[in-house]
This record gives sequence, structure tokens and C-alpha cells, in this order.
Amino acid sequence: MRRKDVLDLDDFTADELREVLETTAAMKEVLARPIRRVPPLRGKTIVNCFYEASTRTRVSFELAAKNLSADVVNITASGSSVEKGETLVDTTRTLQALGADMVIMRHGASGAPYLVARELEASVINAGDGWHAHPTQALLDLFTVQSRLGSIEGRRVAIIGDILHSRVARSATWGFTTLGAQVVLCAPPTLLPIGFADAVNTGLRAKGIVTACPVTVTHDVDEALRDADVVMALRVQRERMDSGLLPSLREYSREWGITRERIAKARFGALVMHPGPMNEGVEISPEVAYGPQSVIEAQVTNGVAVRMAVMYLLAGGRAGPAV
Amino acid sequence: MSNPNNAIRLAGAHGRFLGSLVIRGGRVIDPAQGIDAITDIAIRDGFVEAVGVGADAPPGAQVIDARGLIVTPGFVDLHTHLREPGFEYRETIATGTAAAAAGGFTTVCAMPNTEPAIDTTAVVDFIHDTARRQGSVRVYVIGAITRGRKGKALADLVELANAGVVAYSDDGDCVTDSALMRNALAYSRTTGRPVVQHAEDRALTTGAQMHEGSVSARLGLPGWPRAAEEVIVARDCELAALTGAHLHVAHVSSAGTLDFIRRARSRGVHVTAEVTPHHLTLTDALVGGHWWSATASLPAYDTRTKVNPPLRETPDSLAMAAGLRDGVIDCIATDHAPHGITDKHCEYQAAASGISNLETALGSVLAVVHAGGLTLVEAIAALTIRPARVFGLAAGSLLPGMAGDVTILDPDREWCVDPAQFRSKGRNTPLAGHLLRGQVIQTIVGGEVICDRSA
Ligand SMILES: [Zn+2]
Repeated sequence: MRRKDVLDLDDFTADELREVLETTAAMKEVLARPIRRVPPLRGKTIVNCFYEASTRTRVSFELAAKNLSADVVNITASGSSVEKGETLVDTTRTLQALGADMVIMRHGASGAPYLVARELEASVINAGDGWHAHPTQALLDLFTVQSRLGSIEGRRVAIIGDILHSRVARSATWGFTTLGAQVVLCAPPTLLPIGFADAVNTGLRAKGIVTACPVTVTHDVDEALRDADVVMALRVQRERMDSGLLPSLREYSREWGITRERIAKARFGALVMHPGPMNEGVEISPEVAYGPQSVIEAQVTNGVAVRMAVMYLLAGGRAGPAV
Repeated sequence: MSNPNNAIRLAGAHGRFLGSLVIRGGRVIDPAQGIDAITDIAIRDGFVEAVGVGADAPPGAQVIDARGLIVTPGFVDLHTHLREPGFEYRETIATGTAAAAAGGFTTVCAMPNTEPAIDTTAVVDFIHDTARRQGSVRVYVIGAITRGRKGKALADLVELANAGVVAYSDDGDCVTDSALMRNALAYSRTTGRPVVQHAEDRALTTGAQMHEGSVSARLGLPGWPRAAEEVIVARDCELAALTGAHLHVAHVSSAGTLDFIRRARSRGVHVTAEVTPHHLTLTDALVGGHWWSATASLPAYDTRTKVNPPLRETPDSLAMAAGLRDGVIDCIATDHAPHGITDKHCEYQAAASGISNLETALGSVLAVVHAGGLTLVEAIAALTIRPARVFGLAAGSLLPGMAGDVTILDPDREWCVDPAQFRSKGRNTPLAGHLLRGQVIQTIVGGEVICDRSA
């Protein structure tokens, strides 16, 4: 993979995505060994720079880095210079001076990792920025689907929930469509970003990807589920009611929640995914979340392998079982 | 109380520029007089004495050879943020007017979002005094509509007019309270000064960072919909109709806004409007960066693209040029908004809005001319007599007796925008590194050359 940073999947080619997925499979083999630690990042310093609390993602990156024998430093928003009003630019200068080799960044402002990546010689991996992107989450979703269904091309992926505020939905849409799947985005009109489908469809054409209608949008959950091979539910937060975007969680759950009756409208054996954390009984019912079609737990497990693959490739490693 | 009739034409703010010179052989374009001819201009003791072939040089006066160049009235900017008092790290009256001179502007109107806001005679006097002592060009002052620009209670509008303000604005903020806006418009009739609205329904732009559209959707940045501008302009047009006052719409950005202005005009409502060079020439694709737009020279999320109202889409920018051509938009105004490095060197969402515009305005406007969107004469009119008429300033024309303010330009000279060379303290421009075609060669205020690139 010839790039300095992984900031989103919008600029990934299909070949690059396949390279990550292949390498992830190799990393899964490493994780199945009795001793999980392999040496490729020995002597490298990886800084986990989290401006937003997210134990799950931070721990996943930390485990991935340690499995590759890197030294890991954690900077979190609370109790550090970040909280004392040090600016992102100041922090970037510090990271540069300390000689970090790779920076994993989570930030509440869309685009913040782009600012850091521009100023830093080290590689930057976006671990989630605002509403914008969460590329490693999307990569683990791709890997999970590929390993369960055998292929991604030609599949139909329904993403249902708060698309407007979701970096997961944005990156997943780029990832699935770049590999030739169709994505249907479904939400109440107040939670759909105007123009996003156009943006992706235009962007895919610019990349030379010519799937018919790669991204479509609907407010009708039954339509979204029809013939879906993958159903991804997104978290809906209580604040959306306070800001007037939703009348109530009860109404949301009744109209858009993924229940057993609804999932029956998808293709037989369709996979159920959720990036977590879940609001059980709101966007997804417990019997679906923990039912036979759910791959939610596998998503978490695959997260470590995907992040190992991304770090390994960014550090100059090559695809395949070379580890 | 001042009389609206004699308030319409104000004298120049200064008696400092009293030079004499002759400009020979240039193509003089003065839309106010319908002149477009190769001819000469004589300026004596600060004022235009004659325009015509062989116009006489006062004895000993400097002679400027303008052959091959275009000679126009000095440009007039109705919308300039000079930042002083209060934000001198961004700009001062001295640096802002030097930037104006470098960009061919000989008259600027200072916006009142300073600290303190321009809502008392004392602040108006301070700006007039400082401009007289340190300014390179003529400075008029725009007073606040509301006390402290807080949008709660009217400022002393008559007192401000008596101190010399040429218009009222809370620019940077919108007067959102409909009753207060009605009252401001109604009360402004006592002085005849226009009320300049920054049209933005804040309830629709909470957290907004850029134009709401496919680029904002992709970048995950909260969007600023066109409707937030349109609903305020629609409302204000009705309030101007109700009160009979003069409404001036600042920095129009949305094509739809023009329909509301056009409709109000056709009913005889006194509404005028301005457009910025960036809304004429740039679009939101620039925020998405190289990958997004083959023509973008900036990376994604570059804060130099952040401006309020935001850069919109191609149909909007084309509508702005069409609006200037058909007169729905009266003039070009820069909305020159200089910022310090730290205001922009941060996350997009934390960055200040605004573009340092005075020194690139002509190049941007001429890009529209070169692309066939405006004629050269229309562009010059939109920078000179048309803005002067909106605020009733005695400027923007080379009629004998007018101030000897002249801009000499080469519409074809190419130059690369290097913000490090700006006279403005604000280096914040998305045009950094861009090649512009068209440059100011000399700027003359009251017969004195204050900017000279002729060497
Ligand atoms: Zn404004």
C-alpha cells in the first residue's frame, strides 16, 4: 500500500482494499497462534491520540499495535495537555518532536486528522473524525462480510439509522461501493445528509467504478431491507430528539428499528451488523442483535486483525502471509 | 435631526490628499459618464479638473504615462473589515487601507464588528481620526444597527449619522428579530442611511461550516443551506416594503436570493445588493480539496476556504454574474475579512470565517470578465459608480470636481498570489499560489500616487 496515511476510504482503489483484506486474513492467522506477537513494528512508536473517549476503539488499536511489537503511548483528552487547552496544532508539534512513527487519531471535528497528517511526517490513521470517516471500522465491516459471504461485489448492503451524524455509514458506503456492492441508505429524512448519495456516485465514477446505482436513499425501511445481503443498524442517540430531529425513540424504533419481523424481508441468511455501542430495543431488537444472523461479535474480533493489517501495510509491509 | 436630502452626498473623509498630476494616453473607462476612450485626465489640488485629450497639466505636476493601460475611477468597497479597534493583530486602519490601495480601492467602508463595536460617536470619531492620520485611502464608517451589535436594542442611529456613518449594519451577525429589524428600517428613514443586513437565519445554521450540499455531506461538516439566506432576504424585503426604508443585502451567495430581490424591486421596494469576488468565482468544491475537484489547488478541509456566507455551487456563482449584468445586484463588495494565523491554523470547525480579499478582488473579478461572464465596463461600473450610488458616496466617477481618485490597471498582466507580499495583515486567502490575470498598476488618491507597480 503506497500511502502515508489512512484518513478515509474515499481515496482507496479496489485493489488497495483487497490488499488490506488479504493482509487481515494473514493477521487472523497470527491471532490464532498461541503466541500472538509478531515483530514487524519492533522499535516503532505508535501514539494513540484520542480526543473523544472510546475505550473499544482505543483498546482495539492498542492490542493491534502491541501484537505487532510496537511501543504504544496513549494520549487521551481527559487529564492531559489536551484538556488544558493545548491546541491540535501544538499537540501535532509535540508528536513530531517526540518522533512518533504512527499516530492513531480520534477527534470530534470532521477533518481534524487531515490537518495533523499535513503537518506530520508520521503516518496518521483516522480512528474516527466527527461525522466524517472511520476507515478502520469500515474495513473490518468489509472483512466480516467477505469472510461470511465469500464476496462483496454485487451484494446489497442496507445501512439503517442516523446516517447524518455517522462516520461509520460514510466510510462503509465508500468501502462497499468501491468493491462493487450496492448500498442503500435508510433513515428518517431529518437524519439523511442531503447530497451524500450524489457525492459518492460522482466520486465512484471519477474512480472508474461503474456499478449501476451504487448508492440509493430511502425513508422506507421495508424497501431498504428488500433483497439485502447485509443489514447494518446504526446507533440513534437520545440527543437527536432534543435537537428536534426525531419526535421520540419510541416512534423511531417502531418505524425504523430492526426487528425479527423486519429482518425476514431481507435475503435469507442476511448478515446483521452494528458498529456499537447498541441501543437494544431502539435501532435493533435484542433477538436480532444476538440472533443467528448477527455478526456483531465477529466485527469486534476482526477489528484487531484489520488494524494490525493497516498498521503493517502503512509501515511498508506487503500483503500476503509474510508475517 | 439630519435631513435625508442633504445626507445623500457626503464629502470625502479627508482633506489630506491634495496632489496634482496628469494621466496621459490611457483607455479611460468611467461608466458614470459613459466614457470609454483613449484620453487624458488632469487632477489639480486633489480634484479632477478635466477629462479629455490634451487635458492640461498644472505647472510642475507629475505626468503619468498610461498608454496601454486602463484608467478608471478609484474602486469603492462598501464592505471592509478593518478590525481596528479591538483586533489589531488581524488588521489595522493603516494596514487595511494600504491593502485597499494595493488592490485599487480608494474608498472603503469600515464594518462595525470591532471591539468596541461602532455604536457611538466616540468610536466613529476614532476611526475617522485614525484614518486621517494613518490611512492610505478614504475611509467611511458603517455604524451598528443595534447597541453592541447584540441584536436587542437599537443603537443611536441619528447620532451615528450625525457623526458621519454612511450606513448601518450588524454584519457578522444577522438582525434576526423581525420586530427589531422592522424598527431599524423604519427609524433609518430619519437619516436616509441604508440598513445593511447580513442575511443568515441562525436557527438554520447552527454549527454550520460550509454550504449544505454534496460536498458538506461527504466531508461530514454541518451545512449552511441557501434557505437560511433566502428566508431573511424575503422577510426583509417585506419589511422594507412596509417601512419604505432602504435595505441593502450584504454578500448575496444564493441564486434564489436574487428572485426575492428582483420581485421586491419590481414592486418599487428600495432594495440594493452586493456580491463578493469569491461568491462570483469560487465554489464549495474547493473545500473538498484536490481529490474532489480537479481544479482545486488546496487539500481537503483547508480553512482558507471557510467564509460566511459560504462558497456555494456553480449555478450560484453564475447567477451572481448574471445578477450584476442585469442589475439585480448593484455592485461588488469585497467583505475583506483578514485573520491572524492562529484564527485559521486549526480544525475546520474551530477556524474563523473570512477571506483577505482587497488585494485579489480585481484579479478575481477580471477572471469573470476574461471568461465572458461580464464586460470590462460592467465590471468597472460594479467596482466604482454603482457601489458609490448605493451608499450615496461622492466617489466612483471622474467627473470634473470629483475627488482625484484613480486606479490604473493592466487587465492582462499575470501575477501569482503570494500572501506573504500582502499589505494586509490577513494572509488568509484560498487563492494563495493561484495565477491571476489583471493587476493594479497605480492607485491615486486625491492626485497622489499611493501604490505604484509601474516600474
Ligand atoms: Zn457578513
